Amino acid sequence: MPATLELLRISATTAPAPGVRTMPTITKLVDTTTCIGCKACEVACQEWNDLPPETTVQMGTYQTLPDMTANFWNLIRFREHEENGALSWLMRKDQCMHCADPGCLAACPAPGAIVQYTNGIVDFQQDQCIGCGYCMTGCPFDVPKFHVKTQRVYKCTMCVDRVSVGLQPACVKACPTSCLQFGTKDAMLEVANKRVEQLHANGFAQAAVYDPPGVGGTSVITVLAHGDRPELYGLPRDPTIPMAVRLWKGPLKWLGNLAMVGGILGVLVHYVRVGRKDHD
Amino acid sequence: MTHRLVRYDFGERLMHTLAALAYLYLLLTGLAFWTPAFYWIAVVLGGGYLSRVLHPWIGLLFAATVLWMFVVWRRDMRVTPEDRTWRRAIRHYIRNEDDKVPPAWRFNFGQKQLFWLMVFGAAALLLTGIVMWLVASIPGELSAVGQIATLLHAVAALATIAGFIIHVYMGVAVVPGGLDAVIHGEVTEEWARRHHPLWLAQVKSENDARSRE
Repeated sequence: MPATLELLRISATTAPAPGVRTMPTITKLVDTTTCIGCKACEVACQEWNDLPPETTVQMGTYQTLPDMTANFWNLIRFREHEENGALSWLMRKDQCMHCADPGCLAACPAPGAIVQYTNGIVDFQQDQCIGCGYCMTGCPFDVPKFHVKTQRVYKCTMCVDRVSVGLQPACVKACPTSCLQFGTKDAMLEVANKRVEQLHANGFAQAAVYDPPGVGGTSVITVLAHGDRPELYGLPRDPTIPMAVRLWKGPLKWLGNLAMVGGILGVLVHYVRVGRKDHD
Repeated sequence: MTHRLVRYDFGERLMHTLAALAYLYLLLTGLAFWTPAFYWIAVVLGGGYLSRVLHPWIGLLFAATVLWMFVVWRRDMRVTPEDRTWRRAIRHYIRNEDDKVPPAWRFNFGQKQLFWLMVFGAAALLLTGIVMWLVASIPGELSAVGQIATLLHAVAALATIAGFIIHVYMGVAVVPGGLDAVIHGEVTEEWARRHHPLWLAQVKSENDARSRE
């Protein structure tokens, strides 16, 4: 249900997006240092979005599934990290990061199948999706998941249906430790930075907020105790829209269009100037 | 009534027609996915979803027809010493100064170049296309494979489009009887003398040999 006046970007469209209503950028804060791995957020996500249950997989950890699926958009990843004889349990909430500069949207060829609202939410419109999977190619976080039966792609909606009526996302609502919080980007950055300061004081000198600038920042920001090594949590160090996708949607597209128009103009000019090989 | 020669037998015409139709479908639906300005083509052809579903299957058909062409024509498409002199005179060919163009065998050097462009282009499109088809099964660690395949698919498609534009223009608008020959299969002796004199001589000597038997 896209709210027309709140559409900041629309995939595969030649016209400007109609969003004139400015809204504060909303953000979900994930504080991995206070996550207890209860997975209430996973359940809340399934419940609110009324998604069919997935059969869980025993992976030797508490992790529900090896990866997100088309029916499972919020996965707590459990990683055991050993360093200097100390074991730390690094949990991370894997979901769509709602990039300010979304690679999925840049790659999508179907008009209106991916939209971005003025509040920063990136949302898939499955009725317009043609199932090509370009969004999966464009995403630097490997988030969009293909549904074999419906042949469409799915991911976290940031509970856009809740947020647009003033509620917080279901996962945030369910979190018992407040490691998930929801608000404007400014407010969440303030909370996150304060938490990072605490962590610095508590001996986590490398603690940092993960809000990668390569994708313009994200609407899901994460506090990491080992902020210098996001890969420990399975997060890419400096995610950007993949180079090949940028080349494809940027210079190659212009060169290609120019070459095609040039080729057609070229043969037209040849036809008028030289013409057919006459048989006299 | 001038004497007519068989230039393309039924099998060749069938394979060329199938390749042409398949390529046209791939070009149109591919352009729809390439840029939103052409998305309407996918709508006209039954919708974006149907176009996305059929594109890879028609791609397999096209790859099969190119393989067929490769089997049937690869000997005739081998680049010969005559082709090198033809290439040097290509500007005369472009300007229709055909008396200054060296004689060609069954296919001239331009046709051969298109053939090899399409053979290698189709191989690249097939390989990258299969990767794109299976993109949902690529594990996250190998995502670069899908990204590079997507880029190369577009590059290879553009290369074939360049050849396609020239090929269709030459066959339809520049060489009188070209389109007719590839549809009906026969050309006049006069046509063969103008465009493929070495091939004409070859066919004639073969026919003579056959009539002597």
